[in-house]
Amino acid sequence: MSGHATYQPQSGFMKWMERRLPIAGLVYSSFVAYPTPRNLNYWWTFGGILSVMLVIQIITGITLAMHYTPHVDLAFKSVESIMRDVNYGWLLRYVHANGASMFFAAAYIHMFRGMYYGSYKDPREVLWILGVILLLLMIATGFMGYVLPWGQMSFWAATVITNLFSAIPVVGESVVSWLWGGYSVGNPTLQRFYSLHYLLPFVIAGVVVLHVWALHVVGQNNPTGIDPKTDKDTVPFTPYATIKDSFFLALFFIVFSFFIFYMPNFMGHADNYIPANPAVTPSHIVPEWYYLPFYAILRAIPNKLLGVGALGASIVILAFLPWLDTSRVRSARYRPYFKQLFWVFVAVCIGLGWLGGKPAEGGYVIASRLLTAYYFAHFLIILPLLGIFEKTKPLPNSISESVLPPTTAGTR
Amino acid sequence: MTTASSAEPTRRDFLYIATGAVGAIGAASVLVPLIAQMNPDASTIAAGAPIDVDLAPIAEGQAIKVFWRGKPIYINHRTKKEIDEARNVDLATLPDPQPDSARVKEGHANFQVLIGICTHLGCIPLAHQGDFDGYFCPCHGSQYDTSGRIRRGPAPANLPLPPYEFVSDTKIRIG
Ligand code: HEM
Ligand code: FES
Repeated sequence: MSGHATYQPQSGFMKWMERRLPIAGLVYSSFVAYPTPRNLNYWWTFGGILSVMLVIQIITGITLAMHYTPHVDLAFKSVESIMRDVNYGWLLRYVHANGASMFFAAAYIHMFRGMYYGSYKDPREVLWILGVILLLLMIATGFMGYVLPWGQMSFWAATVITNLFSAIPVVGESVVSWLWGGYSVGNPTLQRFYSLHYLLPFVIAGVVVLHVWALHVVGQNNPTGIDPKTDKDTVPFTPYATIKDSFFLALFFIVFSFFIFYMPNFMGHADNYIPANPAVTPSHIVPEWYYLPFYAILRAIPNKLLGVGALGASIVILAFLPWLDTSRVRSARYRPYFKQLFWVFVAVCIGLGWLGGKPAEGGYVIASRLLTAYYFAHFLIILPLLGIFEKTKPLPNSISESVLPPTTAGTR
Repeated sequence: MTTASSAEPTRRDFLYIATGAVGAIGAASVLVPLIAQMNPDASTIAAGAPIDVDLAPIAEGQAIKVFWRGKPIYINHRTKKEIDEARNVDLATLPDPQPDSARVKEGHANFQVLIGICTHLGCIPLAHQGDFDGYFCPCHGSQYDTSGRIRRGPAPANLPLPPYEFVSDTKIRIG
């Protein structure tokens, strides 16, 4: 699996350059000759989609920043002027706002893919943990971005989320006042959120580099979950993966464009077109859809400290997944019970997301409690025990054997 | 580097430790301004000065909201019924037990002044609502009674009281 051809600089200039900064060789070995398993399916295209989404958020963000004013008296107006006056401002803002949603959608699919095919298992633990860090950074970035338009939802999201820190015993109140830069959410809060919202995407870009580096050290997983054994099990990244990624990216963009051009406010909240009013809390506040499952977990627990703890734990527990899943077999294809329980888990996450958008009363609270309990049980009880008791199906001898008809398996 | 593990610390060991320690203290002292700049600044603190509120226009049964330090302060001119409800409660049944008398100024039980910020996650509860005639928080459903004490829901504590005093019978100073 030593890979395919290596980079041979052709022109005199490239030969000169290669001896001084071998960047072309690095790009070639990472994105052209890089061996990818031959059996990757479309679920493997989301990593590329995520990278493109990050670039889109950064480009639209920087252009929005040319027109946006981070001040409590002007922020809302400046966003309205982006929508009405700035040339193509409406487009930039709708791409950025819907881009955040598409970014999260891609991230969740990417993570469920990893869970289904066991991509977090030895030797990909660090790769997986870097992914969890990326999710945390995205959550922080998206939250602070949502505060910037300074509408009612912005203001109250900022209030509720910063108050999560007041649950910390003893120092909680001082921490919150420090985050606010005042006695309540106000102008200092808006300005620091803007500064950090600008910064964090570049931190994300840096962690993405580590993520891809770790990926290229251990190699990609694949639907069988077994390692490539010979060059026959892999194909070069270009053209195979490049074309497959681009094709699916185009389909993804169709969905993305549909939202931008036909229902640009579908994933937002009407209340955020009302300027922030510190005197009135909207009657039904909910976060953006991509935070709803975590929000449901927060609200399921009637104790403040425990609720906030469970919210944090529900994300942090993902980092421990490589050690909580005790099965040596990676792919769900060969794990009959895990495969079903995986889909139950997906349903539980979607259920939590639905409940997070409902008022916290009556049957909704009871359902949220049950699903929250299941969410944690999946990680803490089901996965550790399943690995011990499940009888897995036999693994194929190689990737090529699993995808080629038996007669040709040896010949290609 | 020497290969022998000398029992005696050398001068070089001392220099390493001393250099490291100075570096660590330097790094820590740079963090102080970087972190402290985020705390409330002088103008924010200055804007937090006390305010006076005239109570005369508040009719019985009416609640008004004023702002102090960016926080909403409820001033509720309670009816006799509300006061009785607040007083006839078995304190042992409360999540955060506190008698009503400790939550109003002596002789002014009809005026109740409190910070209208839910002790759960900071939303503003609505006055005269909920199962206990007091305050109801729309965010996650916390219910407070006519004394602003938490009765049900995720909030851990009673609505806090701002520092205030009666400067005359119909005027209070908050802060
Ligand atoms: C990780 C990538 C990013 C994510 C997930 C993200 C997310 C968001 C979200 C959800 C909003 C609120 C949109 C709305 O409802 O109007 C927003 C607004 C904003 N973002 Fe970003 N953002 C990202 C990167 C950036 C970057 C790199 C900049 C560069 C400065 C930026 C600048 C802005 C500005 C100026 C606004 C306010 C204008 C508006 O509300 O549309 N963003 N962002
Ligand atoms: S903020 Fe009031 S119940 Fe959560």
